[in-house]
Amino acid sequence: MPEISVVRDDLPPRQAERRHLISIADLTRDDVERLLATARNFENAVDREVKKLPTLRGRTVVNVFYESSTRTSSSFELAAKRLSADVMSLKATGSAVDKGESLKDTALTLDAYGPDVIVIRHPHIGAPQLVARVTGAHVVNAGDGKHQHPTQALLDLYTIKQELGRIEGLHVAIVGDVLHSRVARSNIQALVLCGASVTLVGPPTLMPRGIEAMGCTVSTDIDAIREADVVYVLRMQRERMLEGANYVPSLREYTARWGVTPERVRPGQKIMHPGPMNRGVEIDPRVADASDALIETQVRAGLVTRMAVLYDLLTHGPAAVPAELELEVAS
Amino acid sequence: MTLLHAKDAARDSLVIRGARVLDPARGVDALLDVRVDEGVIAQLGADVQANGHRVVDGTGLVLTPAFVDPHVHLRTPGREDEETIASGTQAAAAGGFCAILAMPNTEPVVDSAAVLGALIDRAQAEAEVSVGFLAAISKGSEGGELTEMGELAAAGAAGFTDDGRPVVAASLMRRALQYGAVAGRTIAVHCEEPSLSRSGQMHEGAVSAELGFAGYPSVAESVMVIRDVALAAYEERPVHLLHVSARESVEAVRRAQADGVATTAEVTPHHLVLTDDALRSLDPNVKMNPPLRSTADRQALIEALRDGTISAIATDHAPHARHEKEVPFEEAPFGVTGLETAFSALYTHLVEPGIVPLATLLERMSAGPCRIYGLEAPRIEPGAEANLVLLDTEATWRVTEDGFRSRSANSWLLGQELRAKVRMTVAAGRIVYEG
Repeated sequence: MPEISVVRDDLPPRQAERRHLISIADLTRDDVERLLATARNFENAVDREVKKLPTLRGRTVVNVFYESSTRTSSSFELAAKRLSADVMSLKATGSAVDKGESLKDTALTLDAYGPDVIVIRHPHIGAPQLVARVTGAHVVNAGDGKHQHPTQALLDLYTIKQELGRIEGLHVAIVGDVLHSRVARSNIQALVLCGASVTLVGPPTLMPRGIEAMGCTVSTDIDAIREADVVYVLRMQRERMLEGANYVPSLREYTARWGVTPERVRPGQKIMHPGPMNRGVEIDPRVADASDALIETQVRAGLVTRMAVLYDLLTHGPAAVPAELELEVAS
Repeated sequence: MTLLHAKDAARDSLVIRGARVLDPARGVDALLDVRVDEGVIAQLGADVQANGHRVVDGTGLVLTPAFVDPHVHLRTPGREDEETIASGTQAAAAGGFCAILAMPNTEPVVDSAAVLGALIDRAQAEAEVSVGFLAAISKGSEGGELTEMGELAAAGAAGFTDDGRPVVAASLMRRALQYGAVAGRTIAVHCEEPSLSRSGQMHEGAVSAELGFAGYPSVAESVMVIRDVALAAYEERPVHLLHVSARESVEAVRRAQADGVATTAEVTPHHLVLTDDALRSLDPNVKMNPPLRSTADRQALIEALRDGTISAIATDHAPHARHEKEVPFEEAPFGVTGLETAFSALYTHLVEPGIVPLATLLERMSAGPCRIYGLEAPRIEPGAEANLVLLDTEATWRVTEDGFRSRSANSWLLGQELRAKVRMTVAAGRIVYEG
């Protein structure tokens, strides 16, 4: 595994006015590189026997999930705990939301406890903005509708950089249901921001009209993935498909034309997937389980990336974890 | 019969001195004094005698026929927490309007003479400026059975529309155009093909692709415009197209007018000023139906307003309760308020930068909408009822949440500084606003 390197030594600190992580569109390339460098420094810490850092002791992180999630919610919870923050995790079911409470009122209730960070996942676009407007907390978007999932994009960049040593100049093919994918949108923005070229591949009915304006190219031919350094496979968002919308005639036809199979990839191409996978639909199990697949690496990267995001929002400090912090851990 | 209703109150007498009197429909543009005797314009000229009337100094101000808004949601009956006839007409007065037309998509829908009659009674008790009420094309605006258009017209319906919803079935639209001849009123349509716009939150294009919204494509509007114009041509009946938003719709209207089809169209201030780029803020106050569209669409609307293809500005004033707009963008209802900001917003963004001449804007806000519904247009000449607005085009003011007379504050202009202010509105011979 090539050593990850900070592209620049003089990464500027976070700008004081950036209080939230809602969209990759709000970040500069410096921001992204600072976050990746910070995550890399946390990697050393999580490999230690005592995995906890005291960095955010006394801080409170609240996770509010209005959609089901395994990876993202557990990863945020663990990230906050590893940084010694107090964590409270709420699910929409079993809470006042079941009694018809509005998001604004839920947010105000949580805000009364004075949390430092609110991490929110919500099925509707614009929910994190609303929470940011009505509370005093830093807000982290853990997925809002089909809009954004910025920490997923950051962990994907981290994974790519760790495996391939760079992002600049790489060619990434994103395959599948782009229309319904917040992961695709965040990743296109993040990859283009960091100098990668992005090709979207999938059925024309699942390609948002005008998406080229984000700086990517579009193909409906699965052969277009062959030249890519990284093939990023999207989940077929069956749960988002409107009844009778006719996006694809059948999953069978989708798999036949756009499924990522061993015949369609070449050795050395890295395969990524945000999970959860539909094995045998968008991705052949043989591809998912091959040594070129980075799917588990992505999950591990999620932890350090989310630690970096929490750290970055709650400190104005230097770009990376300071040396004395590591000493404190060691002692 | 009269289609407009307001409360009965004493009419005012006054003299406005030294204003630039601008009545584009009559070709008047001169510094003049205007005397109003008990609500009727009595004299126009230099050095008009005050006759003991109140004298208003109009120096540096523009005096023009008051505005008429052909598309307002008064939310009454049913949602009086959002707007009432009193609050909506006070808002209209503050915006320089002497008359407004209210849409029938209330709870219940205005689809019977009983509901219409109750509204007219209410307007005669509390309307600050004149209100006309449109009635529904179909019962409950559900697109099934025609309303009793003959009886509704006799009871005072100013026109017919299922606004808020499209007339989905072409057969019903055809019958409405045919039967509308009995009623003798304008048929107005919200053009949207629901199988194309389904779940659409904003214009389909680069911005929706980036933000992840289901797109509401411009073709969802233009296919209905083309269909309805074809039906109007076939039936040789006039049709009015509400709040058009797409370039292709404008082109269809222009072709129809050139072919002699009696087609009229209106456009909102927000579609003339904003594009879908504004949606990047995810502010529920830029969520409307039809949605804000691309720069090319906006340009086409402005061009059509200039050349008269679009003959009216309509605010589509759509009040919403604060708690209903304070939700994630995707959950928010469509619609924004507009009565109190329409002229200032358009002056600031179209007239001052030299995009649309002032006289054109004033015509499209007053005489233009009246022609569509066959209403008598406000005019500045002796003998006419005084329907006047006095405008200060040098003033600047900031739009704030607590500055509205409307019961709702879901304005797309909150926090913005605007040029031009309404100083006085005279509606049906009464001074209804001074600011």
